[in-house]
Amino acid sequence: MTHAADQPGRDPRPGGSRTRAVLEPAEIRRALTRIAHEILERTSGAGDVVLLGIPTRGVPLAHRLAERLEQVEGRPVPAGSLDITMYRDDLRLRPARALGHTEVPTTGIDDKIVVLVDDVLYSGRTVRAALDALGDIGRPRAVQLAVLVDRGHRELPIRPDYVGKNLPTSQREMVRVLLTEVDGHDAVLLGVSPVTREGS
Amino acid sequence: MNRHLISAGDLSLADALLILDTADELASMAERPVKKLPTLRGRTVVNLFYEDSTRTRISFEAAAKRLSADVINFSAKGSSVAKGESLKDTALTLEAMGADAVVIRHGASGAPHRLASWVRGSVVNAGDGAHEHPTQALLDAFTMRRRLGRLDGLRVTIVGDVLHSRVARSNVLLLSTLGAEVTLVAPPTLLPVAVGGWPCSVGYDLDAALPKADVVMMLRVQQERMNAAYFPTVREYSRRYGLDAARMALLPEHGIVMHPGPMNRGVEIAAEVADSVRSTIVEQVANGVSVRMAVLYLLLSGPGEQR
Repeated sequence: MTHAADQPGRDPRPGGSRTRAVLEPAEIRRALTRIAHEILERTSGAGDVVLLGIPTRGVPLAHRLAERLEQVEGRPVPAGSLDITMYRDDLRLRPARALGHTEVPTTGIDDKIVVLVDDVLYSGRTVRAALDALGDIGRPRAVQLAVLVDRGHRELPIRPDYVGKNLPTSQREMVRVLLTEVDGHDAVLLGVSPVTREGS
Repeated sequence: MNRHLISAGDLSLADALLILDTADELASMAERPVKKLPTLRGRTVVNLFYEDSTRTRISFEAAAKRLSADVINFSAKGSSVAKGESLKDTALTLEAMGADAVVIRHGASGAPHRLASWVRGSVVNAGDGAHEHPTQALLDAFTMRRRLGRLDGLRVTIVGDVLHSRVARSNVLLLSTLGAEVTLVAPPTLLPVAVGGWPCSVGYDLDAALPKADVVMMLRVQQERMNAAYFPTVREYSRRYGLDAARMALLPEHGIVMHPGPMNRGVEIAAEVADSVRSTIVEQVANGVSVRMAVLYLLLSGPGEQR
């Protein structure tokens, strides 16, 4: 995630009255189940798959996907996290921020199919940073991208392989993904952002 | 966080914890095949060392390089300083070269503070006279937290030449911020007059202090400064305030032994203690790089005044 509008955890507002839910818990559940099946199909059974979630909310999503893959295939699929803070392209523009946790499964990523997992795909800058970070950890055979919400407005030539929901938005709007593991309950909210997007 | 790191006392609890947590994440990077991050690409870090130093300078250099910053090493010996250039003129030269951060070690207390008013970049104090050495205190706290799992309520005993020790002062300030209880143990001649105002307690008997200490930190006897008869003989000092195996046995089972280095084996610390599993001395050096990376990252990213 690149922009503050994508980051519910850092949004000081408690969620204005003009916020509405675009995905209910059951829909999030179904979207993840569908993505899990698409991963199995695209990777012929997820044998070499390593799921890496991008903190904060990509990480629980990666673990939920791993759980579903295991249910279907009957063997564990490694999942971990990949912090991209030190690889961001806007470090000079904003105050220093705390680092997230990186935890690469013990299998490593060399010659694996890495599926990056994030909650919202927006400008694509986070994913670019994640690709750089991956390059310093190893050399995967392929890298794919799974997101719960694709809200458009890409600024880089990056596209997702698996999408939970395509959500047409205006740049003034704000998408918040809430997950039980972090926020206590599941929801995807759409609201009007109080600030216009940076750099635009 | 402030733009400069001059004194460990300037760090709030939140700042200190942010540095330690960041260092924790960065430490895991040491196991990766590529031990480098692109974070400070295009930034320049100047190591400005007016006093001899090996480990601190190398540590800062390694930290800056792992973050992809350009490093310029400037040591006073064999430079324009030897020709009589003042600190201010040197500072203006560095300024003109576009230094984003200046890491300074100086024999005079307060030199980093003065420097901070002359340059636009961040100033990091790497030891000024007998005043402070904040990154050493940070790496010590980091090492304690890694070994013992916590800092709040930890009992730390610092032993030796507190009077000339910038490490002791920075540690007292930082550790009290972090909630540890610090006790200084030293001969009365080697305690500063103002020690009564420090946030710590003071004792003179090492054997009495050891059984209650989770951490014992031995300070170096700075023999280059021992010219005023602070104690009768080195042997007497060693017998009363040196840490040998018998004294180490007084520590609680989990207690650790620290030393900022360089050590005088056989004076303040016995060789068998320095090489024991309880000693964190080598770890401290490795942790120093992670902590300094965290400091440089937190000071240098984001829009500074000139950036």
